[in-house]
Amino acid sequence: MRYPKNGRFGAFGGRYIPETLVPAVEELEENYQKYKDDKEFKDELDYYLKVYAGRPTPLYYAKNLTEKIGGARIYLKREDLLHGGAHKINNTLGQALLAKRMKKKRVIAETGAGQHGVATAMACAALGIRTEVYMGYKDTIRQRLNVFRMNMLGSEVHPVMSGSRTLKDAINEAIRDWITNVKTTYYLLGSAVGPHPYPVMVRDFQSVIGREIKSQMKKINKTTDVAVACVGGGSNAIGTFYPLAGTNTEMIGVEAAGLGLRTGRHSATLSAGSRGILHGMMTYLLQDGEGQIAQTHSISAGLDYPGVGPEHAHYKETGRVKYHSATDAEVLDAFLLLTRTEGIIPALESAHAVAEAAKVAKRSKKSENVVVTLSGRGDKDVEQVRRLLDAKN
Amino acid sequence: MPRISAKFAELRKSRQSALVAYVMAGFPSNKATRAAVSGMVRGGADIIELGFPFSDPLADGPVIQNASRYSLQKGENTRRFFEMVRKIRRETDIPLVLMTYSNILHRMGYSRFISEAADAGIDGFILPDMPVEEAAEYKRAARGRAETIFLTSPNTSKSRIKSIAGASGGFLYLVAVYGTTGAKTGIKEYTIRAIKDVKRQTSMPVGVGFGVSAPADVRRYVRAGADAVIVGSAYMRIIEETPHERIESRIASFTRRLKKETIHAGSS
Repeated sequence: MRYPKNGRFGAFGGRYIPETLVPAVEELEENYQKYKDDKEFKDELDYYLKVYAGRPTPLYYAKNLTEKIGGARIYLKREDLLHGGAHKINNTLGQALLAKRMKKKRVIAETGAGQHGVATAMACAALGIRTEVYMGYKDTIRQRLNVFRMNMLGSEVHPVMSGSRTLKDAINEAIRDWITNVKTTYYLLGSAVGPHPYPVMVRDFQSVIGREIKSQMKKINKTTDVAVACVGGGSNAIGTFYPLAGTNTEMIGVEAAGLGLRTGRHSATLSAGSRGILHGMMTYLLQDGEGQIAQTHSISAGLDYPGVGPEHAHYKETGRVKYHSATDAEVLDAFLLLTRTEGIIPALESAHAVAEAAKVAKRSKKSENVVVTLSGRGDKDVEQVRRLLDAKN
Repeated sequence: MPRISAKFAELRKSRQSALVAYVMAGFPSNKATRAAVSGMVRGGADIIELGFPFSDPLADGPVIQNASRYSLQKGENTRRFFEMVRKIRRETDIPLVLMTYSNILHRMGYSRFISEAADAGIDGFILPDMPVEEAAEYKRAARGRAETIFLTSPNTSKSRIKSIAGASGGFLYLVAVYGTTGAKTGIKEYTIRAIKDVKRQTSMPVGVGFGVSAPADVRRYVRAGADAVIVGSAYMRIIEETPHERIESRIASFTRRLKKETIHAGSS
């Protein structure tokens, strides 16, 4: 399934979009097909990934954490060390270079926590492309600092007042903008979601994570027994899993269980959702019996999304990847655990993966290895964590 | 003959284009929707398009987005909606088409949704996020029960127009402008060209919608060859600002003004 021609991963994916966008996604697919194996394009992307974003990222043996837990060895794939502080830059550099080749003068993007918006603004500033970012009004308040960062980077931020005023509505608004300005505008989607070819393209740009894990583990003569990554839309997870799918590695995606799966206040789409159509794709959704999309909740704005990438939906159905979840409380504990044992402050999104990895390591043999993708750093979350801890005490 | 096709045949004879009048169900109540439909029928609308609300209406502009949200907050659901359709159907034989988003049909199951809707009196479906490539199951479910009205856009290629027309029944929906419903872009030359291009590719009636709000827009599109014009957000704006007891009469008079423009020059 290197490149699904009809954009399907089993029953999932596809292209459920307004007719106006059909020529635009066809143009995008054509260009992506043309450039993805183009030597000059790949060299330029590799160059930017290396000297601008800071790749390859280290694979760190978390000795203190491993000893504290007393089970399998835990390795951290340090995407948090990338420029901008998250894995998002892998994708935005790829797509911004593509937009430039397609001679698009204007780039739009959606953002939840602001990480993708910032990564888009950075890549486009470096490449000299004008950007506008849609962000749910609620998120602009929760993540004020990122709004300011985007502004400084030269990007206009449009607060989205419609719907639940979070990531899902930011995507709706970005799609509406794209419909309106379809001829001039490139839509730089930040997760492995949306109509074909976005899920494939974002997966490919993020697969550098899994490829590096493979070669770094090989270099130290270790097998990757388990790989763990957090899943909202699922871009860092698909980037981790896809290159490992052909190996014997057990793979676990971790969703946001929020206040608990039984409370209905969560974002655990694969664990608690059902099939449906949203944002151009057939996938798993959190929805009611009538097909109305549910309100979601998570401690981390980046996972606060009622859908999930279609390739994850496929991996769930085939059983190749297991999807678990971590509650807000478990995530907060994991956040503090990693911070104290290793001196690494993870993003709240990534702390979901850390929470699961700790559980897995505990019940595994000491000879086994668990690799956790640390998708981002937690500086953006420090203020929120302080508030949560204050409230607890 | 199915109601929509019969309507177009009848209008062709009297040298008229169709006025398709849109209303979002349940905004601000199903009673208001029924009053609006009565006004549309009284004012001479040829086809009624009923919107069913979806939480994430990505092809809609602010007016219909607001109406959707409000309608859902007030508890609109498929059971209530079908009940209202049955009531409307008891009062009028006008063709009724339903516009909503794919997930609503998918959730209940295409087949069950379409048969329940058709039993209640719906004649056709418009799903703005369902391109022909993804429509096999939907089309199968609708066969013999209701028309599938697909959309085409000014940037749709000629060969695609043919395949979209081939998949459509009743009429073909031409999205007039680059934008969402209620767009205030005014009449564009590219739309006039698109009407002519589409007419060259198919003998199916072509309806023009999105951003059509005034009698002058209707006249311009009808003159360019549109077999139908679809007015939506303009109706919703009237409903938004009109007290319940006056909705029917205001909608009727607005409808009359629009309908006048659909009568072809030179016809008696």
